[in-house]
Amino acid sequence: MSSEATWVPRKRRGAELVLTVMAVGLAIFAYCAVGLGAEGRVPAGVVGLAVTLIAVAVAANLLIRRFAPYADPVLLPLVLCLNGLGLAMIYRIDLGYEERRDSWASLAPNQLMWTGLGLVAFAIVLTVIRDHRRLQTLTYSFGLAAVILLILPLVPGIGENIRGARIWISLGPFSFQPGEAAKICLAIFFAGYLAEKREALALAGRRVIGIDLPRGRDLGPIIVAWLVSIGVLVLQRDLGSSLLFFGLFVVLLFIATERAGWIFVGGLLFVLGAWFGYLQFGHVRARFDVWLNPFADPDQNFQVISALYGLAHGGLLGRGWGQGSPELTPFGYSDFIAASMGEELGLTGLMAILLIYGLIVERGLRISLTCRDAFGKLLAAGLAISLALQVFVVIGGVTRLIPLTGLTTPFLSQGGSSIVMNWAIIAILLRISDQTRRPAPAVQAVGEDEATQVVKL
Amino acid sequence: MNTPIRRLAVACLVLFVALMGNATYVQYVQANDLNSKANNKRVIDDEYSRERGAILVGGEPVAESVPSDDQFTFQRTYPNGPLYAQVTGFFSYTYGRSAIENAENPLLSGSDNRLFVNRVVDLLANKQPKGGSVELTLDAAGQQAAATALAALPAGTKGSVVALDPTTGAVLTMYSQPTYDPNALASHDFAAVNQAWQALNDDPANPLLNRATQEIQPPGSTFKLVTASAALEQLDLNPGSVVQGGSELTFPGIEYTLPNAGGGSCGGDQITLEQALNVSCNVSFGSLATQIGQGALEEQAEKFGFGDKVIENLASNASRFTTPDTELELPQLAQSGIGQFEVAATPLQMAMVAAGIANDGVVMTPYVVDVVRDPSLRVLDDAGDGEEYSTALTPDHAAMMQQMMISTVQSGTASSARIPGLEVGGKTGTAQRGNGLPNLAWFASFATSGDQQVAVAVMIESAQATDDISGGRLAGPIAKTVMEALLAS
Repeated sequence: MSSEATWVPRKRRGAELVLTVMAVGLAIFAYCAVGLGAEGRVPAGVVGLAVTLIAVAVAANLLIRRFAPYADPVLLPLVLCLNGLGLAMIYRIDLGYEERRDSWASLAPNQLMWTGLGLVAFAIVLTVIRDHRRLQTLTYSFGLAAVILLILPLVPGIGENIRGARIWISLGPFSFQPGEAAKICLAIFFAGYLAEKREALALAGRRVIGIDLPRGRDLGPIIVAWLVSIGVLVLQRDLGSSLLFFGLFVVLLFIATERAGWIFVGGLLFVLGAWFGYLQFGHVRARFDVWLNPFADPDQNFQVISALYGLAHGGLLGRGWGQGSPELTPFGYSDFIAASMGEELGLTGLMAILLIYGLIVERGLRISLTCRDAFGKLLAAGLAISLALQVFVVIGGVTRLIPLTGLTTPFLSQGGSSIVMNWAIIAILLRISDQTRRPAPAVQAVGEDEATQVVKL
Repeated sequence: MNTPIRRLAVACLVLFVALMGNATYVQYVQANDLNSKANNKRVIDDEYSRERGAILVGGEPVAESVPSDDQFTFQRTYPNGPLYAQVTGFFSYTYGRSAIENAENPLLSGSDNRLFVNRVVDLLANKQPKGGSVELTLDAAGQQAAATALAALPAGTKGSVVALDPTTGAVLTMYSQPTYDPNALASHDFAAVNQAWQALNDDPANPLLNRATQEIQPPGSTFKLVTASAALEQLDLNPGSVVQGGSELTFPGIEYTLPNAGGGSCGGDQITLEQALNVSCNVSFGSLATQIGQGALEEQAEKFGFGDKVIENLASNASRFTTPDTELELPQLAQSGIGQFEVAATPLQMAMVAAGIANDGVVMTPYVVDVVRDPSLRVLDDAGDGEEYSTALTPDHAAMMQQMMISTVQSGTASSARIPGLEVGGKTGTAQRGNGLPNLAWFASFATSGDQQVAVAVMIESAQATDDISGGRLAGPIAKTVMEALLAS
């Protein structure tokens, strides 16, 4: 870590602006192509939309110039690109449904509004949190908030059961998935807790069969985290979030303690949990059976099969915007949007989208690597890896690499809570990045780290 | 803490590579399998919306795609649908495809590998891919003659006519009555299609059945052509050889006797082979069958195509000499020799027998697809002069068979097929089916006009069990009109 002290990063805000305009341009072209492909004409109001989007993109760039001038220049364009492509696909599926159904409430305008709110959340996080380390002082508050958010859907009156999973709350006209917010709160809590306890976890304890087990009181919260994730699975029937929270925690534990044993322990607990779920819950078992053999029951497994047919029909180059039939797959605008992309943009387009996700994750991990404080490191790594896990679980599920679990596809899926919270995550990553790449006050942190090195000897 | 982060970065890379690998597997490796699944609505919609290639008869489309203003862009239509339905088949959104529409689907829909270059060009030009066209061997005049002749029979009569070009095996006529209108199944009004489909399936006459290739029935006396061929080949007889005649065939130690139709005596106890064929003598051919033996007679039948689904592209059933593993007793062998007991043949099979005799003993494989072209009318495949199926007779024996069939038309039971000025050979058949089912009238024949030849088989099943029908009276005139139509055109 010491070599980085002399490195003075460039801001690259101009490059960011160019990339941002390109990303927005891509989204606008996609929007036009949808109209041309599906209806043979450019959608009405495209000019207004284009002007608004470009204005928003430039505003975001100015905001970063002002509040996080040293932040990573690639993240914002990447995310805007995904968000824009998602909007175009949701609009495309709106058109598909309007053609086939008598009534269909358009989702795209709603998604556009949520994207706007997402950017507002982005701006608020970036302006209010001027130093990410201040979040560490609120570690346990965030932990409590996470638990409350996870419990909310279970509260009678505001909790809602939608499609078999109890993960929604409705307040007046708004429906919200608190799990998305809980994900951020948990990441902050885990990062703060582990940054504080990492020495104790790593050094104090006994060695059993080659694994260094920590002391019981240090282990407590870990067990609690595992139980919470199992609780989410049991009470809310939300397999995906359960997997995500648990994975996030195990990964952060591994980073904090540098002990690979945690990965094995976590893996073992995961297998036990999965086995328990398979034995106890019909819906988990059903998901698993569908994965192994979807064609055994074509009517029951219609969604998965339709997604596969869509992907195959797309082939290498895709049917083209507006020229496939992604509306045939139920929820082709949310959980299954990756299959819709694969159908219309082909293997080529799906690869590009996966690469964009890969770049976002890579940028997040790079921020984590260069970050000088343990909390920032853990938080950035946690957010980046949870994004990677989420993408793997949902796109892997849709393309039948792994059993299907319900998770949103970050930035692409239709859904307000997901969009807003993911924009907030990007804002946090940019904040940490800005802190890390800012030139001046680095020397002190390095000194602290050297002291730890002495203890290790 | 950087070491674990770096390791996790590698782990993330592995996850993304796995996603990409899997996407490649689904969208590239597995794609063909998924695209050919029967319930894949996307592919069905896509094929349905494509400009499907035409099926042609004599250059005129009998199935073509015309633009429609609904969601599918094109509507499959069948000008003169019922006339060609058994060969073209139907192309339905709900009920799939049949016959040529099914067998040549990759080409007609444009997904055939031979059309790969066309697809790439269409892709670059941003045009919808088009299908290639299929030219059938059918002859419009012969087809129309067969349909008109069968339609003139009393209402409810079922039947089928098949005509072959003996020298190539090309199917010139293939018609089955009752027929259906494929337009009713290709409609985009799915409720109406559903209704039409139900009606067709509920119809006891089974209009969807192609009687020419799918229905096997006892061929009766037309099978004597096979027995006579075997007698020439195996017993070294000639048309002048003396064979057993008389009014009935007896078997040692058994009460059962095989009589002649109508109880006649075939003109004597000792007659020539030619006379036996001319008068269709059951006693003679029953006795010959017992002399030839089951194995040799079956072998002769197989040389003509029995035991084999002889035609590609169309749904068909194999004609049979016996059911598998049957050891025939003498009386059963004698019955088999006159086309009864377990012998059952399609009209196509009996046309092949006549065609093999007419073509100097060489049986040609029947086919209905003549030329296949890509959308720019370049020939992709041409049936040319056809393919040899087998040699059933030596040229000398074939000439004898031709002579005997010609004399059967000149002075025997097949006189109803006589055409002035043409050389016509034929054999009648009236098959009993028992069980109260009406008899079947058969006719197998060939005609020569200069260097043109045709072979025709007709099978008729009357609506009433009580009707007294015979091959000579009912089926002969139909064979005659079809042969006339084919040789005139």
